[in-house]
Amino acid sequence: MFVALRDLRHARGRFTLMLVVIAMITFLVTFLASLTAGLSRESTSAVTDLPADHLAFAMPAPDDAPDFTASTVTPDQWQAWADAPGVTSADPLGVMTTRAESSTTTAPVTALGVEPGSVLLPGPARDLATGTVALSADAAAALAADVGDRVDVAGAELRVGAVVDEEVSFAHTPVVWTTLGDWQAVAAPRGDGPTATVVALTLDEPDATVAATDAALGTVTVTTAQARSAIGSFSAENGSLTTIQVFLLAISALVVGAFFTVWTISRAGDVAVLKALGASTRYLLRDAMGQAVVVLVLGVGAGTAVAVVAAALLGGAVPAVVGVATTLVPAVALVATGFVGAALAIVRITRIDPHAALAAR
Amino acid sequence: MDLHLDRITLVYPDGDETLTAVDDVSLTVPAGTTTALLGPSGSGKSSLLAVAGGLTRPTSGDVRIGEDVAFGPHTPLRAATRTRLEQVGIVFQAPQLLASLTALEQLELHAHLRGRRPATVRDEATALLGEVGLADLAHRHPAQLSGGQRQRVAIARALVGSPDVLLVDEPTSALDHERGTQVVELVTRLARERGAAAVIVSHDASTLGSVDRTVRIVNGRLETAEALVPG
Repeated sequence: MFVALRDLRHARGRFTLMLVVIAMITFLVTFLASLTAGLSRESTSAVTDLPADHLAFAMPAPDDAPDFTASTVTPDQWQAWADAPGVTSADPLGVMTTRAESSTTTAPVTALGVEPGSVLLPGPARDLATGTVALSADAAAALAADVGDRVDVAGAELRVGAVVDEEVSFAHTPVVWTTLGDWQAVAAPRGDGPTATVVALTLDEPDATVAATDAALGTVTVTTAQARSAIGSFSAENGSLTTIQVFLLAISALVVGAFFTVWTISRAGDVAVLKALGASTRYLLRDAMGQAVVVLVLGVGAGTAVAVVAAALLGGAVPAVVGVATTLVPAVALVATGFVGAALAIVRITRIDPHAALAAR
Repeated sequence: MDLHLDRITLVYPDGDETLTAVDDVSLTVPAGTTTALLGPSGSGKSSLLAVAGGLTRPTSGDVRIGEDVAFGPHTPLRAATRTRLEQVGIVFQAPQLLASLTALEQLELHAHLRGRRPATVRDEATALLGEVGLADLAHRHPAQLSGGQRQRVAIARALVGSPDVLLVDEPTSALDHERGTQVVELVTRLARERGAAAVIVSHDASTLGSVDRTVRIVNGRLETAEALVPG
């Protein structure tokens, strides 16, 4: 990059401008990725953090997509799942977003109904008894309630048996755990007898088990990661934010491509001279692409750093999650798409005729 | 090594017709001598220079450097580029220096193009800048040099790596008579000292007093050739 690095120094105003633009786009993409991950977690952590790998839904119609608001599984179904070969555990789980009221305030919560002693209960709440409720840290904070207090969950008055020091939420509401019996009492179960929303499964051989058991029981079984789509708010939110990120990536590629198009056109005379002096096309492409990579890496690096700092500073105000998936992955994607944009612009070097160097400038 | 232009013809497409820019020209330039190609605008002298430097493929005929065919009608682009890099130095009508490189770096670039560290030619580059009278200005960028100084850097750049052939296109067009004459004298002297076969294209005969031979080209054909004067 003999010429490229010297061009960067010589035309530092133009390249600085480009760096700032790339850094700004990177900031937007990275911060948005952090925000998407944070919102996703607020919407789905009650599902993704379950100690299970699959969830079996029972939808009103066989072709319906899994949906937590419409699924109802019966005791026969979860018992049949528990008896199916290759199933390590099968626990009924009731899910209901409702309103909770303490002596001082009210807050929206999601009540998870779980059988006492189930592995689905967090450790401190494993001995949850009928008539009691375990609160997640956020639910306790929202209700200003502590162990021993009484809270009303969807009309059922329960005593707080435990406060779990975990941030677990569903559809942006904090989670509380009740026994399945208490949950069934307030969730207005449909169908015959007491029901739950889904069956949480741990499977030894999912491929062999799921299809046959689903067909026999009329359930629809998906992984806990796939089950996120069964939360309405997650699908809409995640889809919108991901679309914005894709658009920003495309805009980034266009901006970088446009810059290097103008830059390559402006130095066409230099390229012709270099070719006339004996520079191979491969040398010139390597030089120019190296220059693009330097600009991209510096711009993306700066933008990522600003986004990480901003996410850290605003962590209490917005649900931004900083991690490899929200920083490194967008950064690599931005460098890659920017590289493609630059490559499409720089490839015009191959068409520059060294004969043009004979023309006076 | 001598430069041989053997029956060079260059025909350009010109709408539905064709235009013969160079018509069956043969010319030999012995090593260490300078031949001036003189002629009016559009006579074909720059086209002949482009063929001699492998910038344009001839329609027919060959360019030989020594005994080897350097550029012909079917020479691959990559081979022509390699030959230019290793055996041909070109000075353009305008100096065509790269704005981001200092005078010294313009010369060191040659080493980098050949895959070597620029430092490997630093001594030669410094000496060449000294020979063209710019030793003190080695670290200046083109914008910090006068037109004549830029032209001399371009001449020094063309001589890095001791090319067998030195091609100079209208070196005096932007200079006054005195400076133009000095530039031609510089090219002639350096070509002689370094044993390069040099060709200078010019339309101004008054600056060419120092060259070994003057060849006139009109309508793409050699018209007259003055006798080679021993240097």
